[in-house]
Amino acid sequence: MTSTISSNLDEQDEGAGVTGFRRRRFLGYVLGGSTLIAAAELSFAGSATADGIPSAPQIPEVYDLEDAQTDAALPTSQLIQIVINTDGTASFELPRSENGQGVTTSTAMIIAEELDIALKKVKVTLAPARPELFLNQLTGGSNTTFSTYTPIRVAAAIARRALLDAAANRFETDAERLEVIAGVITNTATGETLTFGDLAEEAAGLFDREVEVELKDDAEMTIVGTPRGRDDARLAVTGAKDFAMDLDIAGALPTMICRAPTLNGTPRVLQNRSAILAMPGVAGVAQVSTGIAVRARTFGQCIDAIRAMKVSWNQGSVEGESDETILAELRRAELPFTPVSQVPDLPLLGNKTHELSFEFMFRSSAALEPYAAVADVRADSAEVWAGLKSPILAQQDIAKMLGLSQEQVTVNVVTGGGSFGHKLFSNHALEAAECSRALGNVPVRLMWHRADEPRQGRLHPMVTSRIRAVTAPALIGTGRKVFAFEQRNTSVVTDFSHGFGEVITSTVADLPAGLGELSLSQTIFVLTQELGYDFGAVTQLLNEVDSRFNTGSMRNIYSPDTRVAAELMVDVLAKDADKDPLEYRLEFLRNEETKRALEKVAEEGNWGRRMPAGTAQGIAIHKEYKGVTACLVEIDCRPGTVNRDIREAVTGPRVTKGVFAIDAGKVINPRGLEAQMIGGFSDGIAMTLTASVHLKAGHFLEASWDNYFYTRQWNVPPALEVHILPSDKSTPGGAGEAGVAATAAATACAYVRATGTMPTRFPIAHDTSLSAFTPKSFVPPVPPSPTNGLKLTR
Amino acid sequence: MPKQTFILNGKSVTVNVADDVRVLWVLRDILKVTGPKYGCGINVCKACTSHVNGKAFNPCAVRVGDLKSTDKVTTIEGLATLDGRKDLHPMQQAWIDRDVAQCGYCQPGQIMEAVALARRVRREGRSITEADLDAIRNVCRCGTYTRIREAVVQGARAMGPND
Ligand code: FES
Ligand code: FES
Repeated sequence: MTSTISSNLDEQDEGAGVTGFRRRRFLGYVLGGSTLIAAAELSFAGSATADGIPSAPQIPEVYDLEDAQTDAALPTSQLIQIVINTDGTASFELPRSENGQGVTTSTAMIIAEELDIALKKVKVTLAPARPELFLNQLTGGSNTTFSTYTPIRVAAAIARRALLDAAANRFETDAERLEVIAGVITNTATGETLTFGDLAEEAAGLFDREVEVELKDDAEMTIVGTPRGRDDARLAVTGAKDFAMDLDIAGALPTMICRAPTLNGTPRVLQNRSAILAMPGVAGVAQVSTGIAVRARTFGQCIDAIRAMKVSWNQGSVEGESDETILAELRRAELPFTPVSQVPDLPLLGNKTHELSFEFMFRSSAALEPYAAVADVRADSAEVWAGLKSPILAQQDIAKMLGLSQEQVTVNVVTGGGSFGHKLFSNHALEAAECSRALGNVPVRLMWHRADEPRQGRLHPMVTSRIRAVTAPALIGTGRKVFAFEQRNTSVVTDFSHGFGEVITSTVADLPAGLGELSLSQTIFVLTQELGYDFGAVTQLLNEVDSRFNTGSMRNIYSPDTRVAAELMVDVLAKDADKDPLEYRLEFLRNEETKRALEKVAEEGNWGRRMPAGTAQGIAIHKEYKGVTACLVEIDCRPGTVNRDIREAVTGPRVTKGVFAIDAGKVINPRGLEAQMIGGFSDGIAMTLTASVHLKAGHFLEASWDNYFYTRQWNVPPALEVHILPSDKSTPGGAGEAGVAATAAATACAYVRATGTMPTRFPIAHDTSLSAFTPKSFVPPVPPSPTNGLKLTR
Repeated sequence: MPKQTFILNGKSVTVNVADDVRVLWVLRDILKVTGPKYGCGINVCKACTSHVNGKAFNPCAVRVGDLKSTDKVTTIEGLATLDGRKDLHPMQQAWIDRDVAQCGYCQPGQIMEAVALARRVRREGRSITEADLDAIRNVCRCGTYTRIREAVVQGARAMGPND
């Protein structure tokens, strides 16, 4: 055994290319087999960092050679593996899900970089449920790249090492005399060459063996950090990219569920079963826990059958409730502020208290691909195909429901048509399995009707946010200072039963003092929210009530709402101090990276330019996911814009310009990162301006895109700039959710500056959007498909 | 059961299915042509956008019985190959150049809509305006709108008279 000294990773980063630091060495494996398989451990051990990140598994620590050595009996089942094939390609099964965030592309880049192989020769697919990975196969909190970066690099470096050794053997020379370029190994002395494919078999071993490697210096990287298009771009634009409902699984007929008229209502009985069974195309009908399932030749015939069903229902979970009753419940549960008399160091003369209070309404987190899953359940086995971010939990739950062992259930992860947190839950996979069994162990392609998504699907919980800031003349120097900044969020309970909560808590080995008594969601709230301003005594707290709703995260959990409220208060405080909002923020921001991001958007966006009445700029920051963001928007709230007449739309104020900056640490694929910021921007303006669902009489009124007003082309700015700031960090931060909070906040701030009014309810269109549509029927629960399409060709 | 005949991506197809089944399901569930996506079934999300006789239409809102045997339906799968071209349609290429797709679910519909828009403005003897882009109704829940706008303009410029 060699003993190697491991250095602190940060030190090594700074010392990259400089002598005096030993490079970190990592341990991995070459597995015995017929072709080269290099492996490294993927583990979640580690501790939370001081900057309070939810998704902070400190992977590098696990790979510290010392640790690895003490853990001599490493179970190889925990390994992630890179396979070198005889055709010269490398393949890798990523134990994460891909829902559009670009992780298969960035993972391929990381492998190509470390292995020295052409990017197109790397094939990344999604791993099926691997129970042995336990908490480590969950996609959430924008942590994929962060948590897999080092392990994947180690595996790739091991593969490269083994190929070099095999080549050295063949050439009868030292590995040092070899050069690797794009998957070809050259003997520099003789000019002879061998490809990775030539060596794939002989680089494999008869037995598993440990291999020690060093990773590339950042300065040597030629693929990581360069802009690349998505690996599936061609499939996506030719229609060849398969989602769950596009899979051709033998016998899996379209299946849809007739759902209750009120939220979470359950079926009592289908009264006209034989009439439904006699309908054209219908192959089977069965009662399941969430409604009446129908299996038919086409989804169109499922829809027809659902519309014809006469079902009696049990009550739902929120019978009779409405937006206003739930709001009242939240208001009753709001936590108090600290009495002003207890604010530390507060001067008695000239102090002022500012209070703001906001309501953030329910929003639907549904993706464009509705919940969908294929299931083939037999008497003693089950196989499921679905977009799933937590496949192991799905596997366990399906096994339990069907009375099978976990090994009898195969869960395949299919690329999802968007997730935003929605696919952290496995409702669709479970329902598909339940339908397959209930219909008589026949294969099904289960899809939710669009109408089911906002009405019965996952929601971003309703939240109130109260902020109080106490200002007074500064004790030292001039101007006014904030002595206390308190934010109290009260929320409908966020459902963390998808396993993400366990990931967070398992990651946080040493909870900061005082967190011990908090609930899971309160812990996550405290760990994710960081105000970022030097505002004296800062506290941000969450209280939760009411778990009757189907909630979850939605491209972020708490941050957009919390940040919108906080940045609106920052603008109030700037006014209190008689300062420009930019100048004020720069004065009180604690962190240099955040200031740089803010300065960047101010400069690129020409902050402070004169604008016509009814239009304005807004500026905001956010800090999370091991990165910082800043956003500047311009908004047009003039009547001509607000009252644009577009059918089945909420037009409203328009964001006419967006400038976004992100410092995400080490960037793997700047083009992918930019794409995620563009997407997050669209979500941010939706959250502030247009997108919400309305609860009335125990059900949500929205049933499709003509009444759930997610951002559309008429809402986006004609131009949006994203600036990726250089970073000297060597580890990547998260991207999937990072674009939302600063955008939502900048948009809200711009709105207040343009209109001179402080909204109290978000989205701003919540009360007016009701008049933009007539709710679709609840019985039947799905609308008919129109027939006039040929008259509307264009 | 009635026989339904129409031209799909250049070839005549016949299916046995009732008149009132919407074309989207005939394509997806019976013919296994899965490029057109379901996002609403009521002609609002535009994920299913395809072409009939060269113009954009939404197969979720058309009964298969209303198609004539001479009607030419083109889905994303048939867009590139129609004129004997082997590779990509210029609009698809623009989508790749601009790396538009995220999850990709909406993108077949977006591209078919964009091609139809480009053809429409060409018929009207003008080029695409911001107002045209604002009027595109296709939902992209991943929020790729900015890149879609860029790609539509680029793709339209690259389209030849037969595209
Ligand atoms: S599925 Fe046809 S427009 Fe939405
Ligand atoms: S790319 Fe995902 S919906 Fe548009």
